[in-house]
Amino acid sequence: MLVLAIESSCDETAAAVIENGRKIHSSVVASQIELHAQYGGIVPEVASREHLRAIIPVIKQALEQASCSIDDLEAIAATRGPGLAGALLVGYNTGKAIALSKSLPFLGVNHLEGHVRANWLMEEPEPLFPALALVVSGGHTDLVFMKSENEYERLGGTLDDAAGEAFDKVGRLLGLPFPGGPAIAKEALSGKASSLKLPRAWLPGTADFSFSGLKTAALHSVRKETWSPTEIAWEFQESVVDVLSGKVANIANDLSAREVLIAGGVASNQRLREELRSRVSVPVRIPPPSLCTDNAAMIGAAASPRLSRGERTPLNVDIFSTNDWSVV
Amino acid sequence: MIKTVTDNEEETRTLGERLGKFLKAGDVILLSGELGAGKTRFAQGIAKGLGCTSNVTSPTFVLINEYPGDITFFHADLYRLEKADLDEIGLWDSTEMGVLVVEWPERAGDSFPENALQLSLSFGSRTNERLIEFFIDSEREQAILASGDFK
Repeated sequence: MLVLAIESSCDETAAAVIENGRKIHSSVVASQIELHAQYGGIVPEVASREHLRAIIPVIKQALEQASCSIDDLEAIAATRGPGLAGALLVGYNTGKAIALSKSLPFLGVNHLEGHVRANWLMEEPEPLFPALALVVSGGHTDLVFMKSENEYERLGGTLDDAAGEAFDKVGRLLGLPFPGGPAIAKEALSGKASSLKLPRAWLPGTADFSFSGLKTAALHSVRKETWSPTEIAWEFQESVVDVLSGKVANIANDLSAREVLIAGGVASNQRLREELRSRVSVPVRIPPPSLCTDNAAMIGAAASPRLSRGERTPLNVDIFSTNDWSVV
Repeated sequence: MIKTVTDNEEETRTLGERLGKFLKAGDVILLSGELGAGKTRFAQGIAKGLGCTSNVTSPTFVLINEYPGDITFFHADLYRLEKADLDEIGLWDSTEMGVLVVEWPERAGDSFPENALQLSLSFGSRTNERLIEFFIDSEREQAILASGDFK
């Protein structure tokens, strides 16, 4: 089944052509990061306008790169939520319009499921169940248990700041460029252990995380002027990586998971990838960085098995913006 | 202006909860204060006071979150915004239907309703101490503050 997938939940306008939920014929992402970097943050008015400006060229490019025409498509999928309403509407309604005009099946996709399904876009055999999935990005830090192919049980998540958000905020405190995640990782490359010890919120007995105390501690350490930005960046990254990989390893073990799936923008972090692979006792699957950050290929990967099972989203069903795994 | 000191995160949350119990649909609360000052903790308390049982997390990335409760709780954060246009993120769609809490309201200048309750959180002299100030310049603020002891 050849699916055109569309994603526009936040800063990226993306389209992809995916075959059977596993093979990428094309994946095009128009990022607004550079645009927003000029302002040091998002400008919602600009974000919506940019999605509108980019959506048709991005879809055309995805079809072109896949060497197919709109008539070759067998279904349309688009991100339904969670995300920024004004941004989501652009991709979701464009998807509906194409489906309606070409009489194709349409499916709205949960962005969070999309992140996890990015793990199906690699050449390795399909993941084994039960599996433990960690979605870790600017907006999410969720641990999800997949007993089987189509079951997503949220075990826990952050009680305050998402891991990627903590990276961004501490990056800003250290005067590093936006976005903060890659900037801190780069800064930390030349760092090493110092006398600075930042806290780790283990929250034992839960699958929850907390990064706001770490953020505040990082702020105090910046104020003290005892440590260099490189030393703070290094210790900050170590703290986040330590807690994420430590908890994933323990919980995967407790639940006898046969595989661990990592997803979301923070999964591009090299130290996190290393540490997970060294601590978790079962195989750890992490998509390449281009499939960790927001993209449409993952939306196609999530849509295909559902479409094959006959699932459809009626055209009168609207987007949703709350962080909810139960919406499919 | 009323000043309150809390000694730890839990006290900050409890103070928010006490305030939340006095709020009604249509109220807008503006929470100012630097990173780590306890704005999200305070907002978590307000949510509890409104009867929301969900886990309230930072809305920095998604800009606005909505939680069901006895009164619906809308939690916005303008931190990532520059020159925020509040119409664009649908902030005003929410206000009539529930209580709206806005973190980093400075990003939107002075485009908030006159009756918005303004609070500022800052670091105290000890590590976990926080100073919470209520600015009273509207009738609604006076009414809310008169109905609970926030000193």
